[in-house]
Amino acid sequence: MDSSEHMQLIYIILAAAVATFLTRIGGYVMITQMKRIPPRMEAALNSVPAAVLSTLVAPAFVYGGFDVAAAMLVAFAVGLRVSSLWMLAVGWLVVMTIRYLTV
Amino acid sequence: MTKDDFWQGVRGGFPVMVSASPFGALFGALAIDNGFSVFDAVFMSATLYAGASQMVGIELFGHKVQPWLIVLSIFAVNFRHILYSASIARHIRHFSGVQKFFTFFLLVDPQYAETEKRAERGEPVSFAWYLGFAMIIYIPWQITTLLGAIFGQMIGEPRAIGLDVLLSIYFMGLVLGFRKRDNWLPVVAASSLASIAAMHFVGSPWHVSIGAIAGIALAACLPLPKQHEEPVTLEHEV
Repeated sequence: MDSSEHMQLIYIILAAAVATFLTRIGGYVMITQMKRIPPRMEAALNSVPAAVLSTLVAPAFVYGGFDVAAAMLVAFAVGLRVSSLWMLAVGWLVVMTIRYLTV
Repeated sequence: MTKDDFWQGVRGGFPVMVSASPFGALFGALAIDNGFSVFDAVFMSATLYAGASQMVGIELFGHKVQPWLIVLSIFAVNFRHILYSASIARHIRHFSGVQKFFTFFLLVDPQYAETEKRAERGEPVSFAWYLGFAMIIYIPWQITTLLGAIFGQMIGEPRAIGLDVLLSIYFMGLVLGFRKRDNWLPVVAASSLASIAAMHFVGSPWHVSIGAIAGIALAACLPLPKQHEEPVTLEHEV
């Protein structure tokens, strides 16, 4: 990474830090000012995390290869019941087992 | 009294610190894998202090996604904090301005949950208690990030030790964590299919923007759910 790219990363992190702080103080400011978010905008904002995160999951499942897809499937089954740390542990075990067996 | 409160907070936050530490180390290692330096990783942990969104940030940066979308995504993942800060407002009225600044900066999910619980039990929510609880999580978060990043630098090929699969699984866990939200399934289906198609026809990093816009547009157009009292729910830990 050259230095201009690196500066860009620093600016991204700073902007993200400000954005994060705004979410942490935003509710307090709103409740003291008593303003409501328009309902359609709220519905859109509510969907952003699931929408963005799905784009990071689905292509990895389809194009990531057999070992990754298998690990994700097993982790998904486990994830409906247990915490994310267990999902990671089980998924990692599956991927490493497949890689070890198919070397 | 103040000193007692502080140490009571430290003891209360200890189990949270233990369960968050593996994620701190994982973040550090994966940040390096996505083109961050050790400094960048710790800088991000110190200024954002929001685990899930930090993971999203490094992944999008690694995909060379446009900066505005990285910042918007981090904002969106952290959007739930608005509910927390609205909800704890009544418990921290007696804090000074500077104390409020630090209170909100350090407002992570378990911190919010414990503050509410403490207020409900009728115990005083003092700044000393709040700070003690926060510091036993915040400081180790920086240390585990640093250790993870140093470890990440030593690994030549992350695939060899199976690190590459962890982010996808981590994000899948986050997606599952949102499953109680309105229109969750249609949004996930729309974004997944659109991103798979965009990856094939347009290529990375556009699959992220195209897939995200598909799901968000669908959510904005679907009929609004019946008005209900805004439930303040905890969706995810670190």
